[in-house]
Amino acid sequence: MRHGVARFVTGFLALPLGLYLFYVVWPFVQAAGYSLTDWGGYSNTQNFVGLDNYVRLLSDELIRKAFWHNVFFLITVPLFTIALALFLAFLLNVGGREDRAGIRGVFGSGIYKIIFFFPQVLSLVVIAVMWQQIYRSDGQGLINGLMIKIGLVDADNPIAFTSDPEPFLGVPAVLWWLLLIAVWSGAGFYMVLFSAAMQSIPKDIFEAALLDGASRFHTFFRITLPLLRDTVSVAWVYLGFIALDMYALVFVMTPSQGGPNHASEIFASVLNFTAFQKGQFGYACAMGVALAIFTILLAAAQLRITRRERIEY
Amino acid sequence: MSDSPENIGDLSRRILLQRAAAAGLLAVPAAGMLSACAGSEPTKSADSGAAKSKDNPFGVKDGSAVKVVVFNGGLGDQWAKEDKVVFNAKHPNITVNMSSTQKIKTEEQPKMATQPSDLVMNSGADMMDRSTLINEGAIEPLDDLLTAPAWDGEGTVADTLLPGTVTDGTQNGKFYVVNVAYTVWGNWHNAALFKREGWTAPTTWDEFFALAPKIKAKGIAPYVHDAAHGYYPRWALFASIWKAVGKQPIIDIDNLKDNAWKADGIVAALEPWEKLVKDKLLLPGKLDHTQSQQAWLDGKAAFIQVGTWLKNEMSATIPPGFELTMSDYWSKPGDKAPKDVYASSGEGFVVPSKAPNKEAAKEFLRAILSKAGSAKFAELTKSLASTKGSGDNVQDTALNSANSLVKGGSGELISVKFPDFYADLDKESQNLAEELMAGRLTAQQFVDKMQAAADKVAKDSSVKKQTRTA
Repeated sequence: MRHGVARFVTGFLALPLGLYLFYVVWPFVQAAGYSLTDWGGYSNTQNFVGLDNYVRLLSDELIRKAFWHNVFFLITVPLFTIALALFLAFLLNVGGREDRAGIRGVFGSGIYKIIFFFPQVLSLVVIAVMWQQIYRSDGQGLINGLMIKIGLVDADNPIAFTSDPEPFLGVPAVLWWLLLIAVWSGAGFYMVLFSAAMQSIPKDIFEAALLDGASRFHTFFRITLPLLRDTVSVAWVYLGFIALDMYALVFVMTPSQGGPNHASEIFASVLNFTAFQKGQFGYACAMGVALAIFTILLAAAQLRITRRERIEY
Repeated sequence: MSDSPENIGDLSRRILLQRAAAAGLLAVPAAGMLSACAGSEPTKSADSGAAKSKDNPFGVKDGSAVKVVVFNGGLGDQWAKEDKVVFNAKHPNITVNMSSTQKIKTEEQPKMATQPSDLVMNSGADMMDRSTLINEGAIEPLDDLLTAPAWDGEGTVADTLLPGTVTDGTQNGKFYVVNVAYTVWGNWHNAALFKREGWTAPTTWDEFFALAPKIKAKGIAPYVHDAAHGYYPRWALFASIWKAVGKQPIIDIDNLKDNAWKADGIVAALEPWEKLVKDKLLLPGKLDHTQSQQAWLDGKAAFIQVGTWLKNEMSATIPPGFELTMSDYWSKPGDKAPKDVYASSGEGFVVPSKAPNKEAAKEFLRAILSKAGSAKFAELTKSLASTKGSGDNVQDTALNSANSLVKGGSGELISVKFPDFYADLDKESQNLAEELMAGRLTAQQFVDKMQAAADKVAKDSSVKKQTRTA
């Protein structure tokens, strides 16, 4: 009997596992293999160069710049997205008027939920194209047009948005503008995620807090947030992955894909340029492998640091 | 722009595929291997043809058929159908089987080693790599087409072609690719507006800077350009550099010669651009190509610099009464080559080495390059053909202005190769061109940074070096 079950399970798993191994794992292994060669991408010949590509990575100025830009996103994207999503989720679920019976969200929360979630159903490229019109850097852009009408922006000197490399708080302005889009498009999903988590927190906990006279502020920081720790931690890891990518936004929205003058260069844009324009696939594979290792380490560290005793309810 | 020889490696894999396909498809695998063998000399069929004459220089056999594949892209394929009419007027008994597609490589590459079409327009995003075709011996040298008498004019076919067309189609000393279209770059203005205001289109920087305040007084920005793609402003910057210093310094730059960027006159050539930005003569905003072109069509800017495809690209939104007119990039006193024009030929036809009816293919090319054929091309596509005088009888201000720009030129064409040679320098020059046009670099800083970037590539052992001779 047990033997039969094993065969049954194996039979079902063999095909998907095989597909996964062939189409996902094998390319990873191949990329790692190519990263040790000087393969150009257009021929079937390549020389083994050992770790040369990785040594080169360390002294590559462009990669260093791209790395710090990715680190910027790595810190800011999860921070702002989670903060915004938590704030919205709290208001929509437990932030309602305290003097009413029971715990509820603010008035009209059902509609807000749909509105905030909406960016999630759009593809990232659609979002980028839409924001191109919002960010358009002359009087026909949504923001510039309004600002010029109101008189806040000089028509001869409109906001350049993604064409602006001038640093703001030490980081090129173009990155901040991209960050805004990333947070806008991501917050809705995490709001829903956090909402679900909040709804699974027993209402009596909140009611007890209310009876004890806790304000919304205290309810949030003393009760909601600690009980959402696991969900927030997972969200942080997911958003970290997104922050390390950011490719679609950079590709569609910045001048010369990573510009102006490398001001929005990220790992993925340098990788793409190295592989498909410079024809140095071996080196590009090394970048990809380095990024993968960095991502895995980061996720592991993240989950380990935030691991704590689980509260059962 | 020529293809970078970097792609040569590509063909090993293609050949592998071709061989696999040939071996698998043919009844006799060995024959397939043989026919796919790289560089094998095509079998000569010269003796079997009909008698050669001035009207039939290649000896095309009466009653034979020729298969022509046309790329149906931005230029459409109607012009090619007109060429068929021209061809059949002289050769009524030769059947022309014409088909058009956008998938040249997908459809034609697999047939190259076995049964290719006779004449293929190798163009578009899905085109076959040119260097590969040549190095594999897959396409026929067409030098005898150049020396053949012109279809309906004096002299040889070569005599009828616009400058650069033969050079653009030549590789390894032989002429392989017959480019039928001709692109010209320059400054565009609306002649109707200029007539109305009584302005004359400037030919020099001094004239432009004198006119600019008058344009500004009318609430129009004197100049606009694509600020999202660095290669747009780069055309203009390089036109200025070439006009100022001539050909040799550009060849030195392409060849990564020491201090090539520091040559006398390069900084001075870029200073007018620096001044243009500093004097706030640009339309505010960082627009991309279609946005900037539309802004120009909307009358927000007086000049825009772009190539001759502009009219086709914007045809849906050109306001009535708007006269698109092109003139040359501005020069300044003391320029060494002010009359050199930024132009190049494109949309190339090739004749596969294994084509069954190469004579007819070449004869058809002669018809395409004829006065009658090229005039139809210009009329239908509103673009110049690579044959001289194609646009002479077309009533179209845009085409006519490009036509007279080419005619007024020195015959030497501005061409810059390093962006094709080196991806790093391509990117860097685009970025720096944007920075210069954004006012974040001076002309001197632009040159210094380009020199530094060139030095870096010259020292980089992972980059294969290439040489330009002419």
